[in-house]
This record gives sequence, structure tokens and C-alpha cells, in this order.
Amino acid sequence: MTELWQGLVRAIELLISLDPEVFEIAGRSLLISVTSCSISALFSLPLGGLIHFYHFPGKRFLISTIQTLFSIPTVAVGLFVFVLFSQAGPLGGLNLMFTPVAMVIGQVILVTPIILGLIISALSGVDKAVPETAISLGATGFQVAILTLREARYAVLTALVMGFGRAISEIGIALMVGGNIKGFTRTLTTAISLETQKGDIELSIALGIILISIALVINLALSRIQQR
Amino acid sequence: MTLIQTTNLGHKYRERYVLKNVNLNINQGEVFALIGPTGSGKTTLLKLLDLLEIPASGRIYFDGVDVTHSGGPRLEARRRMSFVLQKPIVFNMSVYDNVACGLRWRHEPKDIVRQRIESALELVAIAEYKNRNARSLSGGETQRVAIARALATKPEVLFLDEPTANLDPVATSKIEEVLAHIIKEQKTTVVMATHDMSQGQRLARRIGVMMNGEILQVGSPSNIFSSPKSREVAEFVGVENILGGVIIAKDNNLVTIEVNGSTIQAISDFIVGDMVQALIRPEDITFALSKDISSARNTFEGKISRITPVGPLVRIEVDCGFPLLGVVTKRSAEELGFSVGKKVCASFKATAIHVIKRWN
Repeated sequence: MTELWQGLVRAIELLISLDPEVFEIAGRSLLISVTSCSISALFSLPLGGLIHFYHFPGKRFLISTIQTLFSIPTVAVGLFVFVLFSQAGPLGGLNLMFTPVAMVIGQVILVTPIILGLIISALSGVDKAVPETAISLGATGFQVAILTLREARYAVLTALVMGFGRAISEIGIALMVGGNIKGFTRTLTTAISLETQKGDIELSIALGIILISIALVINLALSRIQQR
Repeated sequence: MTLIQTTNLGHKYRERYVLKNVNLNINQGEVFALIGPTGSGKTTLLKLLDLLEIPASGRIYFDGVDVTHSGGPRLEARRRMSFVLQKPIVFNMSVYDNVACGLRWRHEPKDIVRQRIESALELVAIAEYKNRNARSLSGGETQRVAIARALATKPEVLFLDEPTANLDPVATSKIEEVLAHIIKEQKTTVVMATHDMSQGQRLARRIGVMMNGEILQVGSPSNIFSSPKSREVAEFVGVENILGGVIIAKDNNLVTIEVNGSTIQAISDFIVGDMVQALIRPEDITFALSKDISSARNTFEGKISRITPVGPLVRIEVDCGFPLLGVVTKRSAEELGFSVGKKVCASFKATAIHVIKRWN
């Protein structure tokens, strides 16, 4: 309990003192996670729309597969990206190993099933009469899709937040393809892991509290938007 | 001029036909009501006419163009129509934006959009709610938003599916007022589906009776209600006395029909020996305490078997050897001292009977 309390005090101290290293790590974590979620959202939104609006053989199976990938282990994705970008790997020539770019690619692979799957669920949750009404009012297929997405906006936002939560809290990819390099690829989760191994439990707890605080702020913002 | 025409239109859901051989002409500017019980196929037909679904068989022509399957002309034709669904859905946005949707999707200029929305909201009397989220409105108000949204695009055809089915009497009356105004002022072609036959009678100039996916009869409201072509239509339009019999004599077009050992006289073109059904509306039957008072050709003595109050009226069932059902006002029933078991005379004119062929 003492360590937890001291960790809390340390976290507050670090935040108040605007500790540059902590802020740099937190900023990098945020940047990598936001970038990967944005990239994922960029193609998950149209792809989710296509899967939802079109009927094709194997659609049910595809959705089940996407949902199964919700719980894909981060180390499995890390290993995949590692093999892909390691010197001997097929994309080794790009020299992306142990860079934030490789971390983003890994996180995109990790969060896409979540974002895509939840977007499909969000669209399925929209009343069937919405697209029908839009068509009857003269909307084109694209206009119907935009309206349906708009109607599902809060659920879509939840999908993005869930994806972000998975991205910012993961450690497997960050360690395996980021390498936890100080000032370059170190994130909140890898820093916590390192500080714990070094025995600095207080700093680990402080970083953990900062990580939870970020998630809390994002969730509060989401609740605020949903209550509008 | 025919605006919408269907030939042998059919539709099925999961291999079950819900619409069969519908041949229908809707004329420009007319108000056409589809009446029929729930599940008779009215909504399906409206959805096909509004080109929301592709029929399993048959063809649909809009303004002379075949729009059954082709892509481009369907959108073009659909943009000349509007549909208000039975349970209208409003989008999760302001009333103003809801009404604006159809216009924005047509890329209308902003000033036209504003002008059309304002006049549509005025028309349905919800202008004061324009900035409210449409999802926060009551059922009647939601219906009015849906009507305004449909009207804002200035459709040539307005489809209404049970426009007052889920509303209380006050909201129903308000919506009917709005619809009557639109019909009168805007000369829009209106095709409405309703299970409320009196609503069809109030608003439409022509009525089609649908049952089991088929249109059984099309005609003016008076034609449908006074001369139903079949037992099913008769039952649906409120003819509660359906007496099966056989024609035993004919003098010009005055026929004598034997019903359960009694004879009734009616006007008909059927011939002696024909198996027929005599349809008599309850409101065409009059009651008296003695036989001498009535001048009608058909007068039968019988005992009251049942009395059922229905609002300001009372339904009287009399057993005259065959059952007869009529209606009188509460006051008349009291004045004549009607009670179960009392002897009365039920009369109806030969001209009040509509005779149809009996198939079994």
C-alpha cells in the first residue's frame, strides 16, 4: 500500500513539475496510438460500410473472423511485424525495425479488427428504416452510407476509443519492434516494464497512473459527447 | 393521365408470394387508397411503387418509363416521389436538418432549401420545433416531421403507409387535416395504405381493396362500400349481413331469394337457380315494433338475440330464422324498449341489398 501511495504522490510530482522525460514518453505513446488508430479508422470506416451494406458469400464467416481477432495477442502481432521488418525479413530493406513507424504498423494490425468489427456492429445497430427512409427521400448509395454512419456516430466513436485503449495499453509490439529505445521508441508501457525490472516501483506506478489518466480523460470526453 | 402503371406485379419474401398479379393504374393528381387488413400486402406494394424494392415478377412504369429494374431511371423516378413510412423514422438531428435531407441530397441551392423547409414546416404546423432534435418529439409530431420532410422535395407522388396508425384520435385528426390540405392545395398524387376504411373513404377518390397480396376490387368509395364484389371485400368494408341463398323467382330485375326457408326480394341481374349471397349493411336495416309501419319489401319478425352498445349506437341482433344485424341510436333503442327476447320487425329495402355470386 505504501508503494502505491508513494507512486501516486510521485505521479502528481512528475505531472506538476512537468518532468520532460515523462511528458516526452507520454507524448510519444499518445502520438503512436493516435496515429495507428487514425490510420486504422481511415480504412475501417469505408471497409466496415462495404461489409455492412453489401451481401456476399462468406460475410458471416468474415465478421466472425474479425471478431475473433479482437483478442489477438500483442506478442503475436509483434512477432509478425518483427519477422516482416527484420533484416532477413521480406521488408527488411526498409530499415523500419526499432522505429516508431514499425510500432505504428504493428498497432494498426492490432487495433483494426477491433475498430472494424465494432464499426460493423455500430452500423448493424442502426434502425433498418434509416437507410430505407433515406433511399425513399432520393439518397444515392453513398449518401445512404454517410447518413447511416452519422446515425451510428456515437457507437463508431466508441469503436475508435476501444481501439485507442488497446493501442495505448499494449506492450508486446512496442517491446518487440520498438525496442524501448530511450528518446526514440520508449512508451509508457515499455517504460513501466523497464522501471519495474530496475526496481523503481514508484516511478512504474506513477507512469501507470499517467497511463490510466489518459484513458480516463478520453473516456470522459466520449461520455460528454454521447450525452449531447 | 396515368402516372404509375403496374402489370402482373408480384413479390415474394423467402419463397412466399406476398403480392400476386397486381395490375394497377394511378392517375396524375388523384388520391388513391389501398385498404385491406394487416398483412394483406399494402406496404409491400407501396415499397415496390416507390422503387425501394425490386419486384419478383411483373413491371412498373413511371410516367411511361419502365423503372422495374434499371438503375439510373429508378433514382430519377424515385426523386420525383416521397414515402412516409408507417412508423416514420426521424434522423438523429434537428427537425430543420431532417427536412433538409432530401433537398441537400438533390444538391438544391441553399436559399431554395431554406425556403422549402420553412414552408413545409409551416404547412404541418411544427415551425416552432425546427431547432429541436427530431428524436425528442412525440409520435404525432414525428409523423408531421416525416410528412414535412417528404413534402419539402415537392414530390409528384406522395406515398403514405398507414399515416395515422400509431396515433391517438387528436393527433390522427390533425394529420388528416394536414393531408386534406395537401391534397386540396398541392394537387399531389397521393397513394395511401390504410386498414382504416373510413379514412380511405374520407381522403381518397378511388379505393383498391387488397387481401392476401391481391387487389380484389378497385372503385370509388361509394362503389366499394355499397357494391363489394366478393364476400371477403364485403366483410372488410363492414357488410355484416351476408345471407346465402338461391334465386327462386325473377320479375324483371326484382329477384326473390330463398334464405333458410324465408324469402327476401332484391334487385339483381342474376337468374333463377343462381346461388347467391345477399349483402345488407347494418345501417340499412330499420326496426319497428309492428309490421304495419314499414313500406320496405322485406320485413321479418324476430326476437332480439343480442344488444351491444357501441359508442352512441347500439347493435341489435335479431333472429328471424336467419340472423340479421342492424344499428340504432341509443335513444331509439330506449324509446322502443329494446331488450333481449323482445319481438321486433326488421325491414330493409330491395334496393339496399347487393347480390353477389356464391361460389360454395
